[in-house]
Amino acid sequence: MLLIATSIGVMAVILLTAVGEGARDYITGEFRSLGTNLLIVIPGRNETSGGGGPIDLAGLSPRPLTIEDAQSLSQIDDIRRIAPVVMGEAPAEYDGLERSAPIIGTTPEFLSIRQWEMESGSFLPGVSMRYSPPVCAIGKEIKEELFGDDSALGEWMRLGDRRCRVAGVIAEEGRAVGIDVQKIVIIPVALGTALFNRDSLFRIIVDVENSSRMDQTRQSILSIIKRRHQDKEDITVIKQDTVLQSFDNIFNVLTMALGSIASISLFVAGILIMNVMLVAVSQRQAEIGLLKAIGAKNKQINNLFVVEAIMLSGSGAIMGLIFGHTITYILKISFPTFNFLPPMWASYVSLFVALISGVMFGLLPARRAARLDPVEALSGNK
Amino acid sequence: MIRLEKLSREFQVGNQVVHALDEVDLEIKENEYISIMGVSGSGKSTLLNILGLLDTPTSGDYILSGINTSKMDDDEMAGIRSTKIGFIFQSFHLIPRLTAFENVEMPMILSGINPTERKMKASSALEKVGLTDRSDHKPEQLSGGQRQRAAIARSIVMEPDVLLADEPTGNLDTTSGKEVVKLIEELNLSGLTLIMVTHDREMGDRSNRLIELRDGKIINDQSNN
Ligand SMILES: Nc1ncnc2c1ncn2[C@@H]1O[C@H](COP(=O)(O)OP(=O)(O)OP(=O)(O)O)[C@@H](O)[C@H]1O
Ligand SMILES: [Mg+2]
Repeated sequence: MLLIATSIGVMAVILLTAVGEGARDYITGEFRSLGTNLLIVIPGRNETSGGGGPIDLAGLSPRPLTIEDAQSLSQIDDIRRIAPVVMGEAPAEYDGLERSAPIIGTTPEFLSIRQWEMESGSFLPGVSMRYSPPVCAIGKEIKEELFGDDSALGEWMRLGDRRCRVAGVIAEEGRAVGIDVQKIVIIPVALGTALFNRDSLFRIIVDVENSSRMDQTRQSILSIIKRRHQDKEDITVIKQDTVLQSFDNIFNVLTMALGSIASISLFVAGILIMNVMLVAVSQRQAEIGLLKAIGAKNKQINNLFVVEAIMLSGSGAIMGLIFGHTITYILKISFPTFNFLPPMWASYVSLFVALISGVMFGLLPARRAARLDPVEALSGNK
Repeated sequence: MIRLEKLSREFQVGNQVVHALDEVDLEIKENEYISIMGVSGSGKSTLLNILGLLDTPTSGDYILSGINTSKMDDDEMAGIRSTKIGFIFQSFHLIPRLTAFENVEMPMILSGINPTERKMKASSALEKVGLTDRSDHKPEQLSGGQRQRAAIARSIVMEPDVLLADEPTGNLDTTSGKEVVKLIEELNLSGLTLIMVTHDREMGDRSNRLIELRDGKIINDQSNN
């Protein structure tokens, strides 16, 4: 009963924080694993001052953001890498098997910006903003689906009305821009704009050499593109870590709130512990009297009961940890798209709170035991 | 070794004061064998509790081995109880969850004696009371006499100077009662000071000195020889 109360408390902390963390992870997932020095250039203007429309995530703003725009940014000294990105979807076909695949058109810089590893082969060899040999890199799942256990390297596959040779398989298993990397096909950026018959990039990702130069670089990008776009400021440049930060903050607060609500239940469990301990003290009066008669000091009696309270709450907490983690694990398997992540701190904090409440609520009964009059305790009345 | 001077113990019951002990003067020497007798409510248990530092007098002095105990704090008294005094109770007071052996170990655990020495002393104490083959039994698996013998083993394991027994045979049948008394008397012969509360005149007569209480006063103090 008591153990269950404590373990439910701990379990609640873990489950609720897991949901909170999972939600955060889901939202910020696409930014995760990116370096912090990134600027993201998006076509369209999301401030009313410029007079442009809202950000169009499809990249169909009145004035396109072109590969030439991306190339023009290389004149900024503070920029280390530039990765233009087009996105779309097209049927991928090999040897009669066909799958609809999410496609990203970009340059080799994309690999290092996202910090992906290759499982085999290489990422877009010989590709730059200018040159687009027909090569591609594919995710693990699409490789598996089209090629099975055979090697995909060097094979030609068809993408819509184009063909490309598979140059590498990506080891990554996470998500990028909301897409499962394992299903993805990556092609040269120019091939992408041609394939989707689109003149605008989805975005340009810029890796800045020195994080202290972020703001200056942002200004340089704005002015260079403005010059190229007939003096219209029709792009938006965001610092990816500010986006990440604000999401992170919101979800941290949320998770903490959920966690503290759950912690309250731990204190309820603490009060139950106190009751059980008080009953134990009165039931074991004679024993306490005896211990005193054979020379136990008050402090020893006190410690005995405190330790017992800690053990009670501790074993309840450990049960709760086991249940909580088992349930999140089951949820994880049942809902693989939503990543339930019980944060480490939740386990520590809930264990800590459970033990603290054990100590706090164990102290009073323990003190009562220690103060018992040995003669009365031995005679067992009261 | 024990001296009581004008020692009184009063209890407040409602608005009435009960004089459980009333200005008792008493001197007890080392290795004496004393029986305390008297009608119910005469103060025998109260006296024994005070001698065992489980209870403190309302007034008067209790001097143990030359030290006035009225100035001691709880921890000092616990220390004396641990090392100098052994208790035997009418109802044994063994801890039911522990085996006989573990019960005997208990005083040594409390005073922090290391496990090796503890095991050795516990087995030799159990051997002295003839319970070696019952070491691993829980109290409920022992007969009354065996329980009391386990309790005696526990009381002597710290090698105390004084053994205090409050009606040790009160819950036992005649045969096992006799065995227990014999055991306690042997301990007295080997050097322990023995103070025993009893209702049994025959047992009182076996002791070297018989003290009789009534209404908290000593009304008779005689030596038997
Ligand atoms: N805690 C207490 N509160 C009030 N009165 C008490 C308390 N303990 C003992 N007394 C009173 O003190 C007197 C002596 O009690 P005590 O227990 O010493 O008697 P006793 O000689 O041991 O009796 P018995 O043979 O029945 O065990 C009795 O009148 C008893 O009612
Ligand atoms: Mg009595």
